[in-house]
Amino acid sequence: MNLSIKKSSKKDNHSLTMTLLKGRTFIVLILLMVFFSFASSNFLSTNTMLLLAKHVALYGILAIGMTYVIITGGIDLSVGAIVGLCGMVAGGMIQKGLTLTFFGVTLYFSVPLIILFTLLIGAIIGLLNGIIITRFNVAPFIATLGIMYVARGFAMLHSNGATYSNIIGNTALGNTGFSFFDSRLLGIPVGVLILIIIAVIAGVLLKRTTFGWHIFAIGGNERAAKLSGVKVNKVKILVYIFSGVCAAIVGIITASQLQAAHPASGEGWEMNAIAAAVLGGTSMMGGIGTIGGTVVGAFVIGVISDGMVMCGVSEFWQMIIKGVVIILAVIVDQFQRRMEAKIALQARNEAKND
Amino acid sequence: MTNQVLQNNICLHAEKMSKIYPGTKALDDVSFDVYKGKVNVLIGENGAGKSTLMKIIAGIEQPSSGKIFMQDGEVYFKNVNDARACGIGIIHQELSLFPNLNVYQNIFMSKEKTQHKIGLNNPEHIRLTKIIMEKLEHPIDPTTIVGDLRVGQQQMIEIARNLIQDDLKILIMDEPTSSLSEQEVHVLFKIMRELNAEGISIVYISHRLEEIMQIGDYVTILRDGKFIDSSAVADIDISWIVQKMVGKGKSYPQRQQNIDWSKHEKVLEVKNLTLPKKGGGYLLQNINFNLKKGEILGIYGLMGAGRTEIFECIMGLRPEHTGDILLHEQKLNIHNVTEQIERGFAMVPEDRQSEGLIQTMNIGKNISLSSLKKYAKGLFLNTHQEETSIDNEINAIHIKVADKKLPILSLSGGNQQKVVIGKGLLTQPQILLLDEPSRGIDIGAKTDVFDIINHYADAGLSIIVISSELEEIEAIADRIIVISNGIKTAELLKNEITEDKLVMASYEGHTTASAV
Repeated sequence: MNLSIKKSSKKDNHSLTMTLLKGRTFIVLILLMVFFSFASSNFLSTNTMLLLAKHVALYGILAIGMTYVIITGGIDLSVGAIVGLCGMVAGGMIQKGLTLTFFGVTLYFSVPLIILFTLLIGAIIGLLNGIIITRFNVAPFIATLGIMYVARGFAMLHSNGATYSNIIGNTALGNTGFSFFDSRLLGIPVGVLILIIIAVIAGVLLKRTTFGWHIFAIGGNERAAKLSGVKVNKVKILVYIFSGVCAAIVGIITASQLQAAHPASGEGWEMNAIAAAVLGGTSMMGGIGTIGGTVVGAFVIGVISDGMVMCGVSEFWQMIIKGVVIILAVIVDQFQRRMEAKIALQARNEAKND
Repeated sequence: MTNQVLQNNICLHAEKMSKIYPGTKALDDVSFDVYKGKVNVLIGENGAGKSTLMKIIAGIEQPSSGKIFMQDGEVYFKNVNDARACGIGIIHQELSLFPNLNVYQNIFMSKEKTQHKIGLNNPEHIRLTKIIMEKLEHPIDPTTIVGDLRVGQQQMIEIARNLIQDDLKILIMDEPTSSLSEQEVHVLFKIMRELNAEGISIVYISHRLEEIMQIGDYVTILRDGKFIDSSAVADIDISWIVQKMVGKGKSYPQRQQNIDWSKHEKVLEVKNLTLPKKGGGYLLQNINFNLKKGEILGIYGLMGAGRTEIFECIMGLRPEHTGDILLHEQKLNIHNVTEQIERGFAMVPEDRQSEGLIQTMNIGKNISLSSLKKYAKGLFLNTHQEETSIDNEINAIHIKVADKKLPILSLSGGNQQKVVIGKGLLTQPQILLLDEPSRGIDIGAKTDVFDIINHYADAGLSIIVISSELEEIEAIADRIIVISNGIKTAELLKNEITEDKLVMASYEGHTTASAV
């Protein structure tokens, strides 16, 4: 009698700890918000929050693509460079148009066409990543590192390193409206709306479709997935394309917000995206991760950097704190995995005894 | 004192060794003597515990219970270095060389000779390597990169590595001849006799029975982790060994004997299946067989005989194979696994953990993974339909599951195996390929698995089972083909099957191959 009570209370303890562990990133986010609202009086104002969300949207979108890639057991280092290149492509098409030397004409396209073309560039770079990784068996780290340099190089070549400034288009050429991505709809920044839309689509794809489960299967055990009939190479290529398209979207939003396209923009953003995914509980070993977690992770990073700016903490300290937070997150993650394994083993032993 | 004095002619005595792995007892109360200056042979079927026992004596694994005695009393090996310090060396079944390093670096790895305590004395390494390779009749340039050598030559390097030890007392050889040519085997045997003359004892594991009669002095037989018998080789013959290896005892549900299979429809036919080996030779050579509707075909053979490769060819994992595979008399053009699953093939792979399960996914998803496409409506999964199928499958093959959302690793080995089988069955296959379906699961789960196999065969599913356990395959199969060294050496109908025939045939490929 006594024993059984002890046993069940121990179980309850376990499940409580597990719930706390699973929701830890969210708890951290709330604690951070509370802390900064005391540290800086106007931190919790609507305007600050919307500005924060606008910042978060950028690497949040990158992090969603990154989450897919990491769940398959890969990594995509090229996303920052794709942001830069796609910004330059969009900016260049608005400002310089597309000059066909052979015909001696310069074509100007409407903004929707420009956006479509830019997204296509992102998809093609992702496709390239995917093909190099699957068909030529190059490790994802190396393949995307190489493409990172190539894409950055093309971004620089596009304008010889110069910035396309004031890309607002010309009514006479019919290519205005690029500033849409910097505007607000119903009071919410368009970038944030795009983040929400992509997050919902990505979350549903991941949990509710064959494609999504195949992503999990590949990251969990690639060999077993292949033997179960999963088209491993095809799924992997699609995942890198998705990551490339996400990066292209961020490139467009960035250029629109700055009203300028700078070839070096997006430098180092891949690291923020990886950090957000990891903070959100995505396992670098593959097979585990959620879109919701990643978005919360992106907000944690956003709150830390924006909050500290408002408190007047130096940029250098921000870097140190961000680094420490990421490492702590992974240590807690390991702890959770061990605990899950322990609970599984316990269940197995109990089943045996029954 | 428990210290027991060894007889003069015995240089190592292992007393009541046991080794327990989660779920299985790899070694059960086995005692073993190593006679000084003799070749001590250890023999048994796959999984009998030979390699485990040797790993314990070499310090690679630690026993769950049991003691080891040498001349100076009891010894305990925490690791390989401890065993090495007592003069015990091991040559592994799978080579454990560094292919990226050269010959002398491999030989002197972690036994380096130094100058002034820091610098490596490479001229000395090269000199000693030359001497030892001369002795082994393989004068290989000491600076050759080991990865560039033939497997036989690599084996010699592995031997050389052990010989440079100054006070070698016992040398363990785990199937050293499996990759050697006849001539190399000859040299090896000569070296073994020379070592014996120097007073070094050899523990020799081999699957080649003729070899044992030729080189062995004493033989010890293990079965299912237990000691069965031992004897001086002079007093016995091959049939004695086979009889002891096979044993009698366990019983499995038997298949009906009096079915006339010639009347049944031929579902699968494999013609002249040949699979080249990387770097020359063949993994499979001209394999022919067929499979009838509702039949259980057994494939028996030793590990590495080419059994798994047959399945890999059928499933589309080996596009380099030649020969024809016909399904319902139609020749198949096999490209990939996905396509083969759609055609009605399903495979349960040999290694459950690395090839069967997705450890990060829950029980239900592991079952439905291969059939997800069936539950997709447009882009989205019909979760309801998927879950109903999973539940049906769990009930149909009696998987003991509290909640299908639990992690897969919360199940016992036997139930994990049922999940992998369930995944295959859920694709509604016409042909089910099972590779060692009873490996690493307890006896109760084994019986369950065989009941499932029997049940589905009766319902018209055609099944091929690979097994290296004799009683098992004898009980479950309607017909057995034996693969040895990539060659089909026998095909036995139910009423022709005897264990002796199976064992003999499973060694036949080696004799014919070495005779060529």
